[in-house]
Amino acid sequence: MQEYLKQQREQAWRVELRGKIKNKERGEIQRVKMPEMNPSERVCYQNREVNLGLTVEQAVKEAQRCMDCVNPTCIEGCPVSINIPKFVKNIERGEFIEAAKTLKETSALPAVCGRVCPQEKQCEASCFYTLKLKKVPVAIGYLERFAADFERESGQMTVPETAPKNGMKVAAIGSGPASLAFAGDMIKLGYEVTVFEALHEIGGVLKYGIPEFRLPNKIVDVELSNLEKMGVRFERNFIVGRTASFDDLKAEGYQAFFVASGAGLPRFMNIPGENYNGILSSNEYLTRVNLMNASDPDFDTPVLRGKNVAVIGGGNTAMDSVRTAKRLGAERAMIIYRRSREEMPARVEEIHHAEEEGIEFINLTNPTEYFADDKGRVNRMRVQRMELGEPDASGRRRPVVIEGSEYDIPVDVVVVAVGVSPNPLVPSELPQLKVSRWGTIEVDAETMQSSMPELFAGGDIVRGGATVILAMGDGRRAAAGMHNYLQGN
Amino acid sequence: MNEIIKVEVFSENVVKLVVKAPRIARSRKPGHFIILRIDEHGERIPLTIAGADEKAGTITLVAQKVGVTSTKLCEMKPGDQILDLVGPLGKATHIEKVGTVLACGGGVGVAPLLPIVEGFKKAGNRVVTILAARSKDLIILEDEIRQWSDEVIIMTDDGSYGRKGLVTAGAEEVIRREQVDECIAIGPAVMMKFTSLLTKKYEIPTQASLNAIMVDGTGMCGACRVSVGGQTRFTCVDGPEFDAHQIDFDELMLRLGCYREEEKEAFERYHQSVNA
Repeated sequence: MQEYLKQQREQAWRVELRGKIKNKERGEIQRVKMPEMNPSERVCYQNREVNLGLTVEQAVKEAQRCMDCVNPTCIEGCPVSINIPKFVKNIERGEFIEAAKTLKETSALPAVCGRVCPQEKQCEASCFYTLKLKKVPVAIGYLERFAADFERESGQMTVPETAPKNGMKVAAIGSGPASLAFAGDMIKLGYEVTVFEALHEIGGVLKYGIPEFRLPNKIVDVELSNLEKMGVRFERNFIVGRTASFDDLKAEGYQAFFVASGAGLPRFMNIPGENYNGILSSNEYLTRVNLMNASDPDFDTPVLRGKNVAVIGGGNTAMDSVRTAKRLGAERAMIIYRRSREEMPARVEEIHHAEEEGIEFINLTNPTEYFADDKGRVNRMRVQRMELGEPDASGRRRPVVIEGSEYDIPVDVVVVAVGVSPNPLVPSELPQLKVSRWGTIEVDAETMQSSMPELFAGGDIVRGGATVILAMGDGRRAAAGMHNYLQGN
Repeated sequence: MNEIIKVEVFSENVVKLVVKAPRIARSRKPGHFIILRIDEHGERIPLTIAGADEKAGTITLVAQKVGVTSTKLCEMKPGDQILDLVGPLGKATHIEKVGTVLACGGGVGVAPLLPIVEGFKKAGNRVVTILAARSKDLIILEDEIRQWSDEVIIMTDDGSYGRKGLVTAGAEEVIRREQVDECIAIGPAVMMKFTSLLTKKYEIPTQASLNAIMVDGTGMCGACRVSVGGQTRFTCVDGPEFDAHQIDFDELMLRLGCYREEEKEAFERYHQSVNA
């Protein structure tokens, strides 16, 4: 791998490009700013993307900042190991389609990852600028998005090459990012791949969870149709274990399974009044709006609108929910989070966008009880103030209740976004499968193989709630692991 | 794909649909339900499977016009396609030989009750079924229920067929007359609530099949949550059947009304578009 990267770095065009600008000059270029829709305008639209994407000039300029390091540490920060210097340098020399091709060597969904990855914790965290120069990193995520978008809009989408068919059938269960990455790699290796999805749309959290203003569905669809062109089959409305059993599918010729059914089970806090009308999980709220188009009166699915909407939690799902509430017309859209802003697991960019859009942050605060009117609709929530104590097992300072600090906040919609648990549907059909006490499937960390040899697993069903790109990394490792297993190695 | 093979009109507002769904026909058991979406703009709604023909690869659904989706569904014709149909969902009914089973069905609740009655009969139980509805034309599947019941009592609110009175009157008569070992109630929430109160008095184990609001039907949203024995459970994956004596029916009824205004508005929009 190192050898291969070195070889590519020594290609004539890369050497020439490095010679063109001195590293000192590269280091003095200011990091590009992503053009964005104006906050007061964008909150009027559920379906308009906030980030507008870089122009060609901006992208080339930003690409010049990359020093094409001898030891590209950025790649180590990427869970699917994109050859980052190669695609960035292709942008610098104006070969945008080549840049997009580089992305697709290892990533099934570059336009998606460029938008939703927490780059500040991944590739950009291990960029030379961050590690050694203590400067802001190269905007790798923006550049990834630029290359993928450029290719899509150019009408010159290329379909990656696939090996000749090897006659073996494999199944992926769930159609979220882990499965899509898995399917992309397996189809390249010559397998016949079918992805089974319980919902009526492919994409998992990319479709039902992440809103249009962050990730337009049509962009996901283009990447899905790319997989379809490579030969991946998608079966919608199909619950493996229920619609057909694992044994049925084995009888139909499937030789191995990749389970990536996610962590779709929402957690509630089990506090009094939580089942009143108007209190719902972020999964329900986002599914109604994103998957079922409930904000559009032409669609039949309803959604509750509120004047005072409180979202409980501090992750990306909470940010997505609260910004959705604002777009659905909430006068007061609030984040209620039990720790302080520094501990929020949400992406920095999304917190920033939420603030710009007038979201109210009520930090170090936790709900204790809900109250309702005589029709059972929530109208008030009781909260208590918290302070931060000693660090807990996760290394974050533990919130401690301030006694006697309770007060009430008027609310008519509450969205609970305090986390998810692994979906039990698949494990409940396979009593012999080894699962942890949290309900996650236990796998070998390298091969992603479970206690049943023909069954591999990855993504949130293995990790609990994690990120899109970690799920994709699992999908890639599982593909390699399953390939080895099926080839008898 | 999910083609409607046969339509049978039970009454002005109640329709039986036979739908092509070979995989579901093979794997479904009594108590299971499906989620369907009629068209691209449609919502996902749950319907309990009323029966299946494995050979023909079909399942039977019974729908009652109450809102936009059920009205559209009731107006479908043979040859039409239901865009999305997924299942079987939920836990199957626990069926074993217990002795005498009292099955109470209210309105279209008789449809999901039918495969359960059949299951209990085939397991060797004595089955007494009470069919209840507002009036005669809302009594459905009587012949099919009779085929699997040792006795059928019909109750109508207005006395237009069978005996006049609520389902509980018929049920109490049976309970007073003979030993009942288990009761199952399916119908409107209020009917299940009062049936449950009755059997609690006589300490008869009772199951009710809940009709909560659902979106995905696979446990990922919690729209269908109910309190059972003081704990929050999801109807779609933990149910739809629960120990009726533990269910908070009042909470269920409040939650069923959560979208009443939105539903009304949608229905008005639908009527306007149909008339236009």
